[in-house]
Amino acid sequence: MEKHYTDSKVKGVSTGTTILAAIFDGGVVIGSDSRASMGGEYVSSKTINKVIQVHDRIFCCMAGSLADAQAVIKSAKSHLSFHSVQMESPPLVIAAASVLKELCYKNKDELQAGFLTAGWDSKKGAQVYVVSLGGMLISQQVTIGGSGSTYIYGYVDAKYKPNMTREECLQFATNALALAMGRDNVSGGVAHLVVITGKGVEHVVVPGDKLPRFHDE
Amino acid sequence: MALSTVLETPGAGFNFENATRNAALEALFEGGQTPKPLKTGTTIAGVVFKDGVVLGADTRATSSEVVADKMCEKIHFISPNMYCCGAGTAADTEKTTELLSSNLSIFSLNSGRNPRVVMAVNILQDMLYRYHGQIGANLLLGGVDCTGNHLYTVGPYGDVDKVPYLAMGSGDLAALGILEDGFKHNLELEEAKELVRSSIHAGIMSDLGSGNNIDVCVITKQGVDYIRPYQESEYKDDRKMNYKYRPGTTKVLTEKVVPLKLEVVQETVQKMETA
Repeated sequence: MEKHYTDSKVKGVSTGTTILAAIFDGGVVIGSDSRASMGGEYVSSKTINKVIQVHDRIFCCMAGSLADAQAVIKSAKSHLSFHSVQMESPPLVIAAASVLKELCYKNKDELQAGFLTAGWDSKKGAQVYVVSLGGMLISQQVTIGGSGSTYIYGYVDAKYKPNMTREECLQFATNALALAMGRDNVSGGVAHLVVITGKGVEHVVVPGDKLPRFHDE
Repeated sequence: MALSTVLETPGAGFNFENATRNAALEALFEGGQTPKPLKTGTTIAGVVFKDGVVLGADTRATSSEVVADKMCEKIHFISPNMYCCGAGTAADTEKTTELLSSNLSIFSLNSGRNPRVVMAVNILQDMLYRYHGQIGANLLLGGVDCTGNHLYTVGPYGDVDKVPYLAMGSGDLAALGILEDGFKHNLELEEAKELVRSSIHAGIMSDLGSGNNIDVCVITKQGVDYIRPYQESEYKDDRKMNYKYRPGTTKVLTEKVVPLKLEVVQETVQKMETA
């Protein structure tokens, strides 16, 4: 619908988002908001799912053009599944991140999508990787992405501590997402969080009205 | 990939050939003014209710300011358990849904299974993504299969979202207002039909590109009830369509008969074999 798309760098539906991932003692938390927008002024979905499971213990968060991100993730899931069958073992988190990186780098001229990959594998435990728009791949302890991330760099830098407990990390992630959603117009809805440990995967959804409130709200 | 579902196998990986071709064609036109494809100007809506999915659409197709078709069909058949509403470029929605429908019948025949709604959505997503937004089809696909009742939206760039209700087209904002207000989970059939009808009606009233009648399509496990039209426009004109006048309508004032004198110039006889 052309009338919704005014002057946005991303054509079509954009995830225009806040995504984050953080390692705690024994696992990793990855989460996002749930808003999809068009042209920076129309919310085309209040409940879009941006945290996608690409394997049993590996999840990805998408940012950028929704169509591009969904297409890349679809292709990555298929590659990863095949790789896992060939190796006869679950893929490493870095393998998942590398698959995304290859797709983003090789098609960098046509694609507008970036990803956060978080997961747990038996070799290196909990890990977080960032694949940026142009296809750069780096590993970090805690990372944030999307348009809403600019508003919470200060919060993340100040409040993140390595080796937090699971509850502390969940609270940190929820606070960070809530702060970003409060300031960024293209982030909002509910907070989707996934906690991944060696023992399993747990989904936590925090509806908009249950998000933490800060001063002036 | 699943070769049994598509007539032609797409190449591996992403293929942006068509997008680059289109960009090159744009350069040929002066001022970058490529010819604009016909857009229908539409209101379509869909709602998931307790026993299935209800889809609705208006029936006006416009060509700039003229109404080209007053009884256009915007709810397209995909398979016996799935229908798809299309907004955007008329030809694109028509052909994309036809292609999807034929690919799904081939799949059904090959695999012996009824297609699932997710499968149709995946095929649409792959196809529209390959064309990078050049196919102007905003689709609302609803259906019932063994996994439940589903409603999905697919955009022209290939983005997909699973929704409990949605409206698309130029009248979407008006229709969405009604849907946001009236939607509840597990509606009854009559409530769902009335919700869809009033949302399309809102689109027709508030958008110039939407109008005429309202079509409603109800899909449940038992089958499909395609009600066309569900509600006729109040402004329907009363055309007879048949302009035969009985003899005597026009009064005969005078009559003059002039016999023509004809002479036989040539006569040929052809014998027919009738044995």
